[in-house]
Amino acid sequence: MAGGPILRVFRVVMAGAVTAAVTTVAGCGGGLHAAPRSSRSLRVGLVYDIGGRGDKSYNDAAAAGIDEAKRNLTGMRAREVGAAPGEPAARKVERVRALAAAGYNPIIAVGYSYAPALAQVAPRFPAMRFAIVDEPTVSGPNITNLLFAEEQGSFLMGAAAEMKSHGREIGFIGGNQSPLVKKFEVGYVQGAKHVNPRARIEIADLAGGRDLSGFCRPDMARKVARRMYRSGADVIYQVAGASGAGVFRAARRNGAWAIGVDYDQAKSADPGVRDVILTSMVKRIDIAIYDYLADIVDGTVTSGRIVYDLKLGGVDYSLTGGHIADIQPRLEQLKQEIVYGRVKVSPG
Amino acid sequence: MSGRTSEYGGFLDRMLGRVRLGGWLAVAAPVIAVVFAVLITSVVLLAAGKDPVEAFTTLADYGTQPRSMALILNTGVMYYISALAVAVGFRMNLFNIGVDGQYRLAAVVAAGLGGAAVVPGVLNLVLVVVVAVLVGALWSAIAGLLRVYRGVSEVISTIMLNAIATGFGSWLVTEHLGVLTGNDLGTRPIPDDAHMPGIPLIAGSPVLVNGFIVVAVLLGIAYWVVLNRTRFGFELRATGKSESAAVASGVSVKKMIIVTMVMSGAVAGLIGMPELLGASYKYSNNFPAGLGFTGIAIALLGRNSPVGMAVGALLWSFLDNSSNQLQLLDISKEIVQIMQGVVVLSVIVAYELVHRYRLVAEQRRVSRELAAPQQAPKAEAAA
Repeated sequence: MAGGPILRVFRVVMAGAVTAAVTTVAGCGGGLHAAPRSSRSLRVGLVYDIGGRGDKSYNDAAAAGIDEAKRNLTGMRAREVGAAPGEPAARKVERVRALAAAGYNPIIAVGYSYAPALAQVAPRFPAMRFAIVDEPTVSGPNITNLLFAEEQGSFLMGAAAEMKSHGREIGFIGGNQSPLVKKFEVGYVQGAKHVNPRARIEIADLAGGRDLSGFCRPDMARKVARRMYRSGADVIYQVAGASGAGVFRAARRNGAWAIGVDYDQAKSADPGVRDVILTSMVKRIDIAIYDYLADIVDGTVTSGRIVYDLKLGGVDYSLTGGHIADIQPRLEQLKQEIVYGRVKVSPG
Repeated sequence: MSGRTSEYGGFLDRMLGRVRLGGWLAVAAPVIAVVFAVLITSVVLLAAGKDPVEAFTTLADYGTQPRSMALILNTGVMYYISALAVAVGFRMNLFNIGVDGQYRLAAVVAAGLGGAAVVPGVLNLVLVVVVAVLVGALWSAIAGLLRVYRGVSEVISTIMLNAIATGFGSWLVTEHLGVLTGNDLGTRPIPDDAHMPGIPLIAGSPVLVNGFIVVAVLLGIAYWVVLNRTRFGFELRATGKSESAAVASGVSVKKMIIVTMVMSGAVAGLIGMPELLGASYKYSNNFPAGLGFTGIAIALLGRNSPVGMAVGALLWSFLDNSSNQLQLLDISKEIVQIMQGVVVLSVIVAYELVHRYRLVAEQRRVSRELAAPQQAPKAEAAA
């Protein structure tokens, strides 16, 4: 993880320099209509979901990508526009439209709630580029969907859990039974079985169907985790949002491991439980946004879905705490095998 | 200091617009309020290092474009209906804080039913509206019954019912009515033939005005007629001014409380309809929330008068809609909330000042008349 971003930055800076000097033909797959431009003229519009910059979560990850781009893509300017809680859908449409009308290009929408806005506005501005994070359904010749291969990151979590487990059980706690959570679970199980075909994995969901309440029930998560730890699990991977805090508490109580999700939770969780977090499956929204902007500068941007996987650095594992230092070489090797396609992870 | 004489009412009566101002005073109060609001907002903008002139020019520019006007009307329609729902209670001293829960629950149930399309076309539209009104009325009636039979303050019960409506609504969507589109969980979309048609009210605007503007105008007229020209309205206002006096003149306060809560809830049921039948066609996580609380602010701003609330709703909607434009100027979107808060406070303060001015002026006049044959009572004028 440490080497990734720096290498990319280097690549992007180099690529930017090359493009600025030599006008290459914008080409492949729904590429930009115009010749690539230097980042000097780039005025990026970024629309946030509720919370906006400073939410220490989703939006902040996007903000980090923009900040990184501002530092490295010389002359790039960005205008960030936030959402108000409870606003009608029309205001999201207007927000994107106002940015487009003011000449901001490209426009990046953070979060699925902007899907209807992009669907409406993007066709009106065919010469401009739009991107949306985490939303596959909206499409168009000038829309890029920035998606993440959560199953690949979860595969590594399953592998790490099984390597760290003392030949006993490992657990998975999901917030609900939605397809999204299933994707994490499927990857996790594949990873564990890859390391040990006879791995025993206990799976529990905090809520049925697509009930979102499972993502904010730390008390319930704690109970479920305690039961799992007592029945022999020694590592639990939680994909349960705010409920994850309960899993960390149970892990601390039982002297066992837990695995974080989305962010490096060994840095963001309650300080009292940070040392039980073995590693975290990090989703690098910042890298996705940075890469998208770099591709715009390079003139290599494409439309449609781009899945940020292990190869593109969109999902990864964290090293904070140094708990997986002993197995890191094996994890790294596994990661490379996935990157080079020798190990296939099915999204379920 | 307040309520010195019954003619001028207490502070609450004056704040809720139950005491009328006449002549030039009726004009002075809103003008003072606007001047206050502009001054305070300018100070805030200056403190934030922004140019107030640029900000107000941008606002004026934005507000005068046909497209923005249509958008302002569309949001304003929802705000106005919400304000009316709140005002019905306010006029009787009933604080229906539950308008928010009432309209959201009504919208969930109505959206689920509309998406199922049990009846075709326009009938479906009518059914959706009727069901929304019924759900709003029933949910609000719970608070009315609790107040009448158990003496539970409607402020407390409606706040709690808001929380229950949130939970109940999301349970309905996740367990029964919801379908997943991408990551968005919402009710099944209402079929095209049951949509509320838009009106090309504003020339040159590509955005149509929501058809519910007609409903909102009719509701505003009905509000005025019922309150000022019917026996029920008279009893409602009388109960609001003095419960004991109303009882003495034969008004059943219990009945009035329940009927008023039901009416307030029925109107609340309509708040989500412009969005549901004219814009989103489904209830999802993106459905506007908090409109009930906006309605409280606008009812205060408009002093419960049908015209005042219309002006307030449009002003509020204008400020909300311009937040995108202000952010393009690098002015934080929170400035809009500051402006809205300042406007409400300015209106309350300005009207109170004008009322007190009138009170003092009146007392001076009276003491002058009394002083003509004898000595002036100095103590009174010193107030």
